[in-house]
Amino acid sequence: MSENYAPKSAVGRWFNDRLPLLNLIYGHLLPYPTPKNLNYWWTFGGILTFCLVTQIITGLVLAMHYVADADLAFASVEHIMRDVNYGWLLRYIHANGASLFFMAVYIHMARSLFYGSYKEPRELIWIIGVFIFLLMIATAFMGYVLPWGQMSFWGATVITNLFSAIPLVGESVTNWLWGGYAVGSPLLTRFFTLHYLMPFLIFALVILHVWALHVPGNNNPEGINVVQGSQDTVPFHPHYVVKDMFALVVFLVVFAGFVFFVPNLLGHTDNYIEANPLQTPEHIVPEWYFLPFYAILRSVPDKLGGVILMVSAIAILAFLPWLDTSKVRSAKYRPLYRQFVWLFFANVILLGYLGAQTADGLFLIIGRIATAYYFAHFIIILPLLGYIEKTKPLPKSLSEPVLSPEERQMKAAASGASA
Amino acid sequence: MKEPMHPDWSFEGPLGKFERASLQRGYQVYTEVCSGCHSMNLLSYRNLIEEGGPEFSESQAKAMAAAFEVKAAPNADGEVEMRPAILSDKFVSPYENEQQGRAANGGAYPPDLSVMVKARHGGADYLYSLLLGYVDAPSDIKLDDGVYYNEYAKGQKIAMPQVLYEDAVVYTDGTAATPEQMARDVTMFLTWAAEPKLEARKRIGFKVISYLLILSVLLYFTNRQIWKDTH
Repeated sequence: MSENYAPKSAVGRWFNDRLPLLNLIYGHLLPYPTPKNLNYWWTFGGILTFCLVTQIITGLVLAMHYVADADLAFASVEHIMRDVNYGWLLRYIHANGASLFFMAVYIHMARSLFYGSYKEPRELIWIIGVFIFLLMIATAFMGYVLPWGQMSFWGATVITNLFSAIPLVGESVTNWLWGGYAVGSPLLTRFFTLHYLMPFLIFALVILHVWALHVPGNNNPEGINVVQGSQDTVPFHPHYVVKDMFALVVFLVVFAGFVFFVPNLLGHTDNYIEANPLQTPEHIVPEWYFLPFYAILRSVPDKLGGVILMVSAIAILAFLPWLDTSKVRSAKYRPLYRQFVWLFFANVILLGYLGAQTADGLFLIIGRIATAYYFAHFIIILPLLGYIEKTKPLPKSLSEPVLSPEERQMKAAASGASA
Repeated sequence: MKEPMHPDWSFEGPLGKFERASLQRGYQVYTEVCSGCHSMNLLSYRNLIEEGGPEFSESQAKAMAAAFEVKAAPNADGEVEMRPAILSDKFVSPYENEQQGRAANGGAYPPDLSVMVKARHGGADYLYSLLLGYVDAPSDIKLDDGVYYNEYAKGQKIAMPQVLYEDAVVYTDGTAATPEQMARDVTMFLTWAAEPKLEARKRIGFKVISYLLILSVLLYFTNRQIWKDTH
């Protein structure tokens, strides 16, 4: 595909002969053969790229006005809100953008789980994705600390204190992270620099993610192998460029709804109170997108145990391609997995709900059951399903489930006539 | 803790705006009643003339600023004198520092009001209700010195005394200064102070969403056209 590409202009040819950058872009964005049956759940890859670029651009401008100092940070954010031209817009896009980024990434991951996109030969794409998710978590957490409100400060205190659970060296590690003996300016400054750095690491991983994707090509809702360039594929442009753009604009309507009409709905009111080390908020809660993991952390009475379990909850995702023993990818052809994957989604949402409640009484008990189930899904249910599940017969090609028998006959007759 | 009252706020809804006259009266309530104890560190007098706010005239705002004194820059002899505030000055705080504020209020520091509406669950409704929520304490409740009974406060106890009494201010525009009116006006003012770009935000948002909706319809049909021959 890309080898045949020749730029139309003389300048383009001159450039491309010396550095085939245009070849690369052309091959990956224009004729790239894509399964023709991708549904709207597949549009979130493009949406996520948009989210990342938006966060980087708005973040860049915010960083020009933000001051990373414990005494000045809160006021500098308000300065952005009040005095910087359209600073309020930039900040609301950036703050809500983080939430929508996570909304999109959770849908993207759920799609992969449902259609088995993490399976052979796409294991590496998935693993790179897990690392992207990990970096997103770190970036978002550090970003939330920067406005230096009460939740910023106490969230940073709770999370950095988790490192003190490490045996023997825990306290030294925590003090090293803090750059002192408490959460304060040194921590804020290093969080700011790391918050600035990480999106570029994410960007690099996204390039690897897409590169690795374009080797085997996209998975699809049927989960069957598709011959690239066959009648089962369509060129990425214009088919998926336009479809992705349509989905992106619909996504942007939701995004704009948050930014312009309820910009503080997803935030916490306490973060409009400047950080006060002497006054602990009544409930310290993380941003909504961390709540399931927060619930897992709190379901263990032991600090170290909680930390290990929370980290494992994310780390276990990287092993998913081997924990799932079924050869069939799509849940459409896996009647049992189809039910269990929905149960898993429901369980994660339940954990999210519990993460926002106080960890005691009935909530704590349910939280422990839900945590146990989260892990059971990966280490008991998925390995077993591959052996006991009777999967449905897979179609031979994408055209089979899409076309009715008559249409297929007509199509075969037409192609026979033209040959 | 009682659910806050919910008056009709003009700034709610997708095209909401502040009531100019109410913001102006609210500023009067803030300066004459609240500013004795509460600072608003994030606001400057120049904000009073900006679009989407109380929109006082420049000369009005200058006169309002000049009613306060701030420290001037050190003079040639290194002495710091006082001068009248100008538009670029921040709202003058009632106290030199937090310690002074605490000392003057029995240990409880009156919080800064700049972003108060966004810093409390319930926002404008909560503040409005709190200002009007002072009733006689039930006989079985004992209140310590400097603690007051308020239906809308957490645990019904608050360190701020009731401040809005009938005619606590004399409105320059002749509006009758009932407690409800003053609570409404000052809450509207505080909402603007916390979110000074609210009007522009909603106005732009309406345009952005209209644009996106039209674009999405066009893309929908473009997409259909492109895919019509693919089965």
